[in-house]
Amino acid sequence: MAEQLNVQLVAVEEKVWSGKADMVMARTTEGELGVLPGHAPMLGQLAEPGQVRIKLPGGEQLTYDVAGGFLSVSDRGVTVLAENATPATAASGN
Amino acid sequence: MKKITKAMELVATSRIAKAQARVEASLPYAQAITGVLTALASNARIDHPMLTPRERVRRAGVLLVTADRGLAGGYSSNAIRTAESLIARLRADGKEPVLYVIGRKGVSFYRFRNRPIEASWTGFSEQPGFADAREVGETLIKAFVAGADDEADGPGPDGVRGVDELHIVYTEFKSLMTQNPVTRIIGPLQVEERPRSEAAPGVLPDYEFEPNPEALLDALLPKYINTRIYAALLESAASESAARRRAMKSATDNAEEMIDKYTREMNSARQAGITQEISEIVGGANALAASGSEV
Repeated sequence: MAEQLNVQLVAVEEKVWSGKADMVMARTTEGELGVLPGHAPMLGQLAEPGQVRIKLPGGEQLTYDVAGGFLSVSDRGVTVLAENATPATAASGN
Repeated sequence: MKKITKAMELVATSRIAKAQARVEASLPYAQAITGVLTALASNARIDHPMLTPRERVRRAGVLLVTADRGLAGGYSSNAIRTAESLIARLRADGKEPVLYVIGRKGVSFYRFRNRPIEASWTGFSEQPGFADAREVGETLIKAFVAGADDEADGPGPDGVRGVDELHIVYTEFKSLMTQNPVTRIIGPLQVEERPRSEAAPGVLPDYEFEPNPEALLDALLPKYINTRIYAALLESAASESAARRRAMKSATDNAEEMIDKYTREMNSARQAGITQEISEIVGGANALAASGSEV
């Protein structure tokens, strides 16, 4: 699928990461969630503490520890709002 | 003296740039959270306590942002003056102002006049972090929530006297030369109703919410207020540095002028001394020659 997600990860003090991705995975207060291109618009509060994983087109994966986060999906892309976002130290997943 | 003021001018100049960069860095989040709230507000019932004006406003919180240090021209006193006129206006409306102050200058102003300060924070006016803003925001939000059940002249069932309105006084950064103290209401938040056609494109009417919209609003609004306070702090910091730069610039110019003047005076005094010595020597030698004795 050629479609890709426009992902923005913004913390209060700065924009942490933005770019194209294949998939965004996060855990909201309701449960684990994976967002693929074409996902219905949604708004979720992320579990605390939470991790956001961004799957890049090349197969690489970025992982961030996120505190006080929200996930917003619209037809323009995915936005992760966080009070604090830092690259996760221990690489989880593969 | 000139070196000191020059150094302060340069430090302030670099701080302006830094503060402006941080204002810029905080914009994406501010825009994103505003967008999210817009989406939420157009979907949820908006009768959240933080969004509805109270029927009777008895106590109004005023958050005043000033500097920690002086030597910044009229920066702090302008902000204080604006706060004072806001307080007078609140009093005229029959509301009791409750003061929250950021920055040592504001704190000492009210301490000196023996006026009560509900809470104050100092030590970060030039370089505020989000943690500072969050601390301030949490205090204010707590007071605002506690104010919901207050009786006419005493605390409500929760035993805490809160506030029914929140105002913030900070200094807007217009340009290097212009900074204006401004007053904004941050509680209750004002919801702008816009017709759907004018709403930003891309905000779709059918959002899914996890958890439900009300719970999300509960979690998001305090964050939004914190963001607003953070933005106000950053802008104030930029304004403070700009005001200090200007004050230090004129101090440097004055010092230069004074140095020029005194250098000239010193040189002419020295020259006068030398001239006098020479004429004394010459006079002495002439006197000796006239008396006929050989040296």
